Amino acid sequence: MTNRLTTEITGLRLPNPTILAAGILGLSTPTLQEAIRQGAGAVVTKSTSLKPQLGYPNPTIVQINNHSLLNAMGLPNPGAKHFAKEITKLKKTQPKAPIIASVFGYTPNEYAQTAQILTKAGADAIELNVSCPHVKKTGSEIGQNPNLVSKVVKTVKSTIKKPVIVKLTPNVADITEIATSAVKAGANAITAINTVRAMTIDTETRKPILANKIGGLSGPAIKPIAVRCVYEIHETVKAPIIGCGGITTWQDAVEFMLAGASAVQIGTAIASKGLGIFRSIAEGIDTYMHNKGFRSINEIVGLSHRH
Amino acid sequence: MRTTRIANVTTETPTVKSFMFNDRLCSEAKPGQFIMIWIPGLDEVPMSLAMLNPKRNQAAVTVGRVGEATNALHKMKTGDTIGIRGPFGKGYTLTNARKIMIVGGGTGLASLTPLTEKLAERKTEITFLMGAKTKNHLLFHTRIAEILTSVKGKSIVTTEDGSHGQKGLVTTQVDKLLKQGQKFNMIYACGPEKMMQKMLILAERSNTPFEASLERFMRCAIGICGTCTIGKYRVCQDGPVFSGRQLREVKDEFGRWRRGLDGREIPV
Repeated sequence: MTNRLTTEITGLRLPNPTILAAGILGLSTPTLQEAIRQGAGAVVTKSTSLKPQLGYPNPTIVQINNHSLLNAMGLPNPGAKHFAKEITKLKKTQPKAPIIASVFGYTPNEYAQTAQILTKAGADAIELNVSCPHVKKTGSEIGQNPNLVSKVVKTVKSTIKKPVIVKLTPNVADITEIATSAVKAGANAITAINTVRAMTIDTETRKPILANKIGGLSGPAIKPIAVRCVYEIHETVKAPIIGCGGITTWQDAVEFMLAGASAVQIGTAIASKGLGIFRSIAEGIDTYMHNKGFRSINEIVGLSHRH
Repeated sequence: MRTTRIANVTTETPTVKSFMFNDRLCSEAKPGQFIMIWIPGLDEVPMSLAMLNPKRNQAAVTVGRVGEATNALHKMKTGDTIGIRGPFGKGYTLTNARKIMIVGGGTGLASLTPLTEKLAERKTEITFLMGAKTKNHLLFHTRIAEILTSVKGKSIVTTEDGSHGQKGLVTTQVDKLLKQGQKFNMIYACGPEKMMQKMLILAERSNTPFEASLERFMRCAIGICGTCTIGKYRVCQDGPVFSGRQLREVKDEFGRWRRGLDGREIPV
């Protein structure tokens, strides 16, 4: 792969614009290392809270039609102190890709304390999960309220020096209002979007399948929603945007960039395509850029807004 | 997720039952593959397929009563509805090797039985060693004996209390055979992880290719949630069957600890 794929987001240098999305495999050093070895330009860890959390009972995931997924894991994680050790181990391997720690809490202080523990352990940046649609008192219950988003971002920003990325929920009337509030509070970048609140019911037993009944939809089904969100945010705020939602091919990745994303996160597609997807998408973007005569990622970001 | 009805329930031991159901995909699975079984409204658990009958579109799982979900499953009857996802994962490699050793303990016999059936279709020699706590806990011991009648084979049974066969652990008998100088071209194992860990050492010592099937907590079963990882491997996708070489790679975890539902280590 060539230099034209290198990209910089809020000071983080990525060898290519593909990023492992939060919640996917990022629970241990070896799996994060493997994602990087297989071509991820950066990795986001599983969302971590101050204290360990078990998550919901199964079923926690349901496959929907063409490779889309409905999940309600319930944010299981080993807690900040325990997970800090994994980040430190990963950092020691001198990964070629930035490590972004996804963080959530039930109060602004919990977000800040967790962010502090994980950046001290070696995380290069923090992504605030204010967008998980299926856990009470956190995630999207914060991310749907511009004042709460502002409070959380301000508290975290006043606690740590590393860049803070805010991952937004599409489950709002106006995503630009939330993005604006996050950036005004000091967010260095925006990730859009988290899963779309959704559910499915089994006709035979007449029961909701997910143990939590309601979960978040990801994968190709939500891609057009995500592209629209990125497009709208790009029109509203200046902060860099990381696109996320159903990216399965290099064409999807380029589409997000044209909408305004400087990088893309990949999650659900790993289920069908494996970790090799990072390299294949990066190579596809590279070939596209070569064929169209673009010399850097920046040249394509937001290009569709000219029309 | 698809649903099917339980077609038949068999009580195998005081704590183990088999549940047969109609499902084409499951009936065509490879020995060693597993499925996620939904107990509607309660839980979803990974189970290896213990019987595969593609001619009749039937498959079965063999379930030990170990917790809330398996207790509930044990209460289910013929005609009750279960949900199914899968089959998932990599099964056992079907070797062409001449002399095969298969070692099973507890409900680990479940996945080894269809494997033995498949291997017995070929010209081969199978030494089957099975272990259980007591005579009452012995699983599939007559079914294995029947399968072995079609090939050159023998089975050795061990129970921890000596109520049937040799007294002690199954690995002691394996060690004995290998020390007698018996050579095998392939060893398969499934059972308690400490047993499989011992088997890996014995296989390596005798320079024999080895495969074992692991058990872990699972959620997604499609390789993305990270719940079942061991080292860089995802048990649901890269396993559940692993080679001796892969297990050596993850020796700091294999036989030592597994990940709990919050991701923290639990000793095995």
